[in-house]
Amino acid sequence: MNPDDRTGADGAAVGGNLLFGPQPDVAGAAGYPQAPPRMGFFTDTSVCIGCKACEVACKEWNAVPEDGLELTGMSYDNTQGLGADTWRHVAFIEQRKPLGGQEPGVAHEDVDVFAAATRLGTDAGSPGPGATAPPPDRASEAAPAGRISPLAPEGRTELRWLMASDVCKHCTHAACLDVCPTGALFRTEFGTVVVQEDVCNGCGYCVPACPYGVIDQRKDDGRVWKCTLCYDRLGVGMEPACAKSCPTESIQFGPLEELRERAQGRVAQLHAAGVTDARLYGESPDDGVGGDGAFFLLLDEPEVYGLPPDPVVTTRDLPDMWRHAALAAVSLAALALGSFVRRPR
Amino acid sequence: MSGSDVTRGGVRGARPDREALTGAAAGRRRRRRGRGEQPMVPEAEFSSYYGKPVLNRPTWKPLDIAGYLYLGGLAGGSSLLAAGADLTGRPVLARAAKLGAAGAISLSLAALVHDLGRPARFLNMLRVFKPTSPMSVGSWLLTAYAPLTMAAAATDVARRYRLVGSAATAGAAVLGTGVATYTAVLVADTAVPSWHEGYRELPFVFAGSGASAAAGLGLLAAPAGQAGPARRMAVLGAALELGSFQLMKQRMGLSAEPYEQGRPHLLLRMSEVLTAGGAALAVVSGRRRDRWLAAAAGTALLTGSAALRFAVFHAGVASAEDPKYTVVPQRERLTERGR
Repeated sequence: MNPDDRTGADGAAVGGNLLFGPQPDVAGAAGYPQAPPRMGFFTDTSVCIGCKACEVACKEWNAVPEDGLELTGMSYDNTQGLGADTWRHVAFIEQRKPLGGQEPGVAHEDVDVFAAATRLGTDAGSPGPGATAPPPDRASEAAPAGRISPLAPEGRTELRWLMASDVCKHCTHAACLDVCPTGALFRTEFGTVVVQEDVCNGCGYCVPACPYGVIDQRKDDGRVWKCTLCYDRLGVGMEPACAKSCPTESIQFGPLEELRERAQGRVAQLHAAGVTDARLYGESPDDGVGGDGAFFLLLDEPEVYGLPPDPVVTTRDLPDMWRHAALAAVSLAALALGSFVRRPR
Repeated sequence: MSGSDVTRGGVRGARPDREALTGAAAGRRRRRRGRGEQPMVPEAEFSSYYGKPVLNRPTWKPLDIAGYLYLGGLAGGSSLLAAGADLTGRPVLARAAKLGAAGAISLSLAALVHDLGRPARFLNMLRVFKPTSPMSVGSWLLTAYAPLTMAAAATDVARRYRLVGSAATAGAAVLGTGVATYTAVLVADTAVPSWHEGYRELPFVFAGSGASAAAGLGLLAAPAGQAGPARRMAVLGAALELGSFQLMKQRMGLSAEPYEQGRPHLLLRMSEVLTAGGAALAVVSGRRRDRWLAAAAGTALLTGSAALRFAVFHAGVASAEDPKYTVVPQRERLTERGR
C-alpha cells in the first residue's frame, strides 16, 4: 500500500469533483477504499493567547530548523508567516477596536481598598459603593455566568489584540498536490497532504501554486517543506504536537465533521454573546478549495490575518487552460503553415 | 560609543517597520505616481497583515525559468520552421532551424535541471504522469521532443539517415507546437495573480513570441532567397504576440497592473519596440535583399521575445509579492457574490 502511487490516478480523472467543488470522501477519491475519518484542525482564534507554544512544539517534534532570529519591530510577531521552516505561525494584530468580552471603563481610582478590606467578611453579599465587581443583578444581564459578556454599553473604543495560529490548510483540493510533478506530495488516508522528502526534487512548483502561501523551499536543502499534520503521530493515534501543546485549546484536533459541528456551535455562542465579528474561515465545502482540513474561527476579515479572503484552487481552471493551450498550439501550426504557403520567388 | 542614536531626523538605524500600521489601517498604500504611469483601475483600499504578501514568492530563478520560457518557445517555433523549410527545399534555413531547436532545447534542459533544488533527482520528474501538473506533462513532452530535435539536427549535419531525419523533423514540428505553448499553462496554473488571470491569452502570447523568435533565428542564418517564410513568420508571430498581449491586459483587470510598473514595464516596452521593429525590418530586408538588415531584424526579434518572457516572469513575481493583487480581486468577488 504505497500511497504516492495513487496520486497519478487522483489527477488522471478530471471532473467528478476531483479538481473543484465539495468532496465528502477526499481519501476515498485519492484511492483509499477503507479510509479512517478525515482529520483536521479547528483553530478557534477567539481563545488564542499568542503564547506560541504551538510553534515551539511543532519545531521540537518535527525537528524544523531555526527560521531566522530577527525582530521585525512591527508587532510581537517575529515569525512573520508560514514557510519551509515555519509550519505553525502565530499572527499578532493590534487594532483600535473594542474586543467583545472585555469590560472597558471599569475604573479603580475611587476604590478605597482599606475601607473595603475592613468590610471583608461582614457583608460579603453586597460590595460597597464603587466596588469593582458589578452588583449581581447587573452582572447577570451583562455577562451570564460562564458566558462571554457583550460590549460595554458606552461603546468605548479600546485596543484589541487578535492572535491566530496559522497552519497548512490541508485543502480538499490542494493545488500543491495537483501540480507536484514527481508525486512527492500525496494525500494520506487521513485526508491530509504530506510531502515525501525522499522523493521531492525541489522543482518549486508547489510554492506559487499554494493560494495560502504555506509551502516553501528550504534554501540550503533544496526541497520543499510544510506541515504534515503530524502524520507520524496520527499513525499511532496521537494528536498533532501543536494541538497537544495548546494551553487554551485554541487548536482543536479531531475528525473534520465533528470539528465543523463544534465550530458552528462556537460561532453561535459568540454571536449570542455580542461578538458579531466572529466568523468561520475555510470550513465550507463549497468554497474555492472545497473546504479546508484546517479551518479557523476569526474575529475579523481573513486578510487582516494575512489569509486570502476567497482562495480558489488554481487547478479548477486547468481543463480550460489546456483547452486554450491546445488552441494556441493549433494556431501556431497554422501560423507556420501560413508562412510557407507562397512558393519561393 | 560616541553620541546618541537619537538625531533630529529621528532614531538612527531604526527600522521603518516601527511606523507600521495595524489592522485595517495597514496595507492601505498611497501609490507614488510615477512618470507616465496611468492607474488602470481606481485606487483600491484593502486590509492586509502588515503589508505582508499572502502568497509565498516563487522560488524559480529568473535566468533559468524565464530563460526556459524563451528557449522553449524558440525551439518549438524553430522545429516548425525546420519542417516547412525541409518540405519546401530551403536547406540552409532548415539546418539553421534544426540546429537552433536542438541547441535551444539542450540549453533549456540544462536550465531546468539547474533550477531544481535537488538537481541530482531530476529523473524523479518521470516517476509519474499527472495531467493535473503542467510540469509533469512538460517533462514527458520534453523527453519525447528533445531527442527528436537532436536526431533531426544530427542527421542533417551528417547528411545520413535522411528518412530518420525527416521523420524526426516532422515529429519535432508536431511536438514543438506543444513545447512552445504549454509553458503558458505552466506559469498560469499557479495562484500568482498576474500569471493565472491571463491563462486564456497567455498561450497565444507565447505561441506568437516563439514564432517571432524562431523567425529571428531564421533571418539571422538563412540567405534572403530562403528566408521568405521566416519573414512572414516574423510578421505573423509579432502580430499574434502583441495582439494577444493587449487583449490579455485588458481582460486581467487589476492583475495587469504589475505589467505596467517597474522592471516588467521597461522589459515590455523593449519587447514591443524590438518585436514590432524587427518584423518591420524583416519585411524591408526582404524587399531590399539585404543580409545585414535581415540580421538586424533577426537580432531584434530574438531579443524582443526574450524581453517578453522576462517581463512576464518578473510581473508574476511582483504580483505575488504584493498582497493587493491577491486580496482586492478576491474581496471584489466576495462582494459581488453578496456575502
